[in-house]
Amino acid sequence: MRTKNTIIFSLISAFFLISLISIWKILATLQGLNINSFNIEVLFIFGFLISLAHISVGNKIKNIYKSIIFSLIFVLCDGYLIQKLPLWYNIGVFLILYFFNSKITKYNYVTLKEEHSTQVILFDFLTLFGILFFSFVILFPFYMMLVTSFKTQIALLVNPLDFSINFSQDLKDLFKSYFVIFKSYKFGKYILTSTIVSVGTVIITLLFAIPAAYAVARLNFFGKTFLSTSILIIYMFPAIVLVIPLYTIFSQLGLRNSIEGLLIVYTATTLPVAIYMLQGYFKSIPKELEEAAILDKLSWFGIITKIIIPLSIPAISSVALYVFMIAWNEFLFSLMFLDNPNSFTLSRAIQYLSGDAETPRQYLMAGSVIVTLPVLFIFVYFEKYLVSGLTAGSVKG
Amino acid sequence: MNDTLANTEKKTAYILTLPAVAVVFAIILFPIFANIWISFKEVELKDIRIPEPRAKKIVKSISEEPSKIKILYKLRNSSLLQEIRDVSFRDKFPKNFEIEELDPRCNFKNSTLKCKFGNWPAKYRENFKVVFETNDGSQIDKKSLKSIKPKLKGTSDNILLNTNFTLKNFKKVLFENEFLDLLLTTFYYTFFGTVGSIIFGILTAQMVNQKFYGRTFMRSVLLFPYVAPVVALAYTWELLLDPNSGTLNSLLLNYQIIETPINLLGQKYIELNILGFDFKLRLALTTVIMFEIWRYFPLAFLFILARLQAIPKELYEAADVDGASPFQKFFKITLPQITAVISILFMIRFIWNFNKFEDVFLLTGGASGTRTLPINVYQQGFAISDIGMGSAVSIVIVVLLLMFMFFYFKLLGKRVDEN
Repeated sequence: MRTKNTIIFSLISAFFLISLISIWKILATLQGLNINSFNIEVLFIFGFLISLAHISVGNKIKNIYKSIIFSLIFVLCDGYLIQKLPLWYNIGVFLILYFFNSKITKYNYVTLKEEHSTQVILFDFLTLFGILFFSFVILFPFYMMLVTSFKTQIALLVNPLDFSINFSQDLKDLFKSYFVIFKSYKFGKYILTSTIVSVGTVIITLLFAIPAAYAVARLNFFGKTFLSTSILIIYMFPAIVLVIPLYTIFSQLGLRNSIEGLLIVYTATTLPVAIYMLQGYFKSIPKELEEAAILDKLSWFGIITKIIIPLSIPAISSVALYVFMIAWNEFLFSLMFLDNPNSFTLSRAIQYLSGDAETPRQYLMAGSVIVTLPVLFIFVYFEKYLVSGLTAGSVKG
Repeated sequence: MNDTLANTEKKTAYILTLPAVAVVFAIILFPIFANIWISFKEVELKDIRIPEPRAKKIVKSISEEPSKIKILYKLRNSSLLQEIRDVSFRDKFPKNFEIEELDPRCNFKNSTLKCKFGNWPAKYRENFKVVFETNDGSQIDKKSLKSIKPKLKGTSDNILLNTNFTLKNFKKVLFENEFLDLLLTTFYYTFFGTVGSIIFGILTAQMVNQKFYGRTFMRSVLLFPYVAPVVALAYTWELLLDPNSGTLNSLLLNYQIIETPINLLGQKYIELNILGFDFKLRLALTTVIMFEIWRYFPLAFLFILARLQAIPKELYEAADVDGASPFQKFFKITLPQITAVISILFMIRFIWNFNKFEDVFLLTGGASGTRTLPINVYQQGFAISDIGMGSAVSIVIVVLLLMFMFFYFKLLGKRVDEN
């Protein structure tokens, strides 16, 4: 039983080591290093032996020394196998190995003898592997987007795997793609249009949604249940169904290629979400406050502006952020309604840019970085507000 | 007293909800009805422009006589297809202008030229000339004369408003347009995308529900694909997967995993040999589904994580006492607790994926076997410019979705009854 568990543990940790080192190798290759093989067999044997050694050495040596010794041995052997790699690569390998060793020190003969120990080990390593795998799979495209925007066409043709950024060059050369898209492709204007449309949508949506949400949350009127269920149904409704009729109507009214047209459509599509989220929050505000206000002869307008809005600033700001993100990211309607480059939003402009096969890809990526950064910034900065709102069933996608 | 209070409450409620309801009605509900209307009509993109009578004003001085001026109006019907009826024309002139000869269709009163041009057939053009003379011999300002624009009016049939209906569009959608293939592609895309994103959602939620260093950071990273703009993500993926210079192919070639680049987004089928069985995989469709899973699993992740965190700890403690293994705990405790959330997620994601347009459009444009129904709406309506057909396809989408929802709820209701 003990040997079986030890072997299973060593196998699992060896596979984990393989995935760690492989990702490091991929990232190193993309810095222009000439690595042609993962050496999976070697990695496997090493991982297996290190784990085995860890268990058998046990507590005879202090854990830190044990980790450092094993890591150093691995680095030396790895450096011998693939030679001429720079120091930073080997330091990286050492750190990874040290991390790996510190993760496996908590297993010893005692833990391996426990009930279900193999399953516990598998679960632990699956979690570790999951963290590694998902971070890589998700962040890799974002990373590539960023580094590609700093490369030049020629450099990418010479070596399609070299994404190292040369920081010694002039800032002007480094940010060349950004300068170009601002100068030759009028990205400044598109940023302005996108900002106006998104902020405008937020303001109009809140202006309409707050009173409506208040009515749904607090007042009794005929058709209230119908209204609140239809909010949800409309929220589920496919945008693609609206495209053709809106296109024809907007063409006849001359609203295509106009910011007003986009504002109306974005407001209408975000209103149900906004009302749904706000009324949920308004319901949680104690009613006594309003009753006192009614006794003070405050009008409905007064109640909303003096009591409801100040009390629900967190909810209102999270709705505002959402609506902003939806409007900023929106693509379908901007594709349908805008065909004049003077009224493009950022998303539409990038799509237009890509339509020209001659456009170098670093420009496209620079544009993508510009359109992505504000959203990610908002998201990371206000994450706490946003996540609780998301689970309330908000952002449509 | 109470009655009036209730009445004012009602009134206030209607006033408060009216703006929101009006906007939603105008932009969402009305277009849905308009869509049904259009889908029964033969309308093309060029038909939806309303025909307008137009006039271009050209001012010419007459060289021998400085007190006289010639004005030429280039009149035309903007439509190539429809006639305009009862075209009327008016243009204003300075006070000191007198007309030299008057067209029989016009009259000149109070310095205003008014004409009735009657009916203009499609493509109608006419050069309409008027000569004026100033009665006080003063200088004529050509610029200000030009800046006054003539006003034209006319009535025409709006093709969208007449009552000629036809079933032709639906017949074409259902019988001519490789409908079955389209439906199957859409179904694959929707079903596998939905199931995949839910599976990934369960895995990641289970992962983040453990305690580890950097857990909150991991939670925001997992949501990145969901909150970032689709345009940026789609083009990044396209660059990564490009067969000629894409990073993925270069990497695979570099590590000698493949010998020739694979066109992941441009190849319809790939022949695979697994365990001696040859079969064809729809490559581009699979890639598009992968993108869809990658982009939308965060929603499933969030919902499931919220549910996981609400499961009482006692359940797991009791299981520990009974000596349950981690896998037993997952299958016996966790999974039953999240089935309700999963069934809701399945419905939401199924509906949204069924209508998803942007992702496929940006990645492949509907080529190499990735043409789904929403892509077809766009292609029929705007690439082939047959608005009626596009409308009919979108109506088919709605009907299919309603059918799905009906059966799904029936199934769900049955399962709830059984439990």
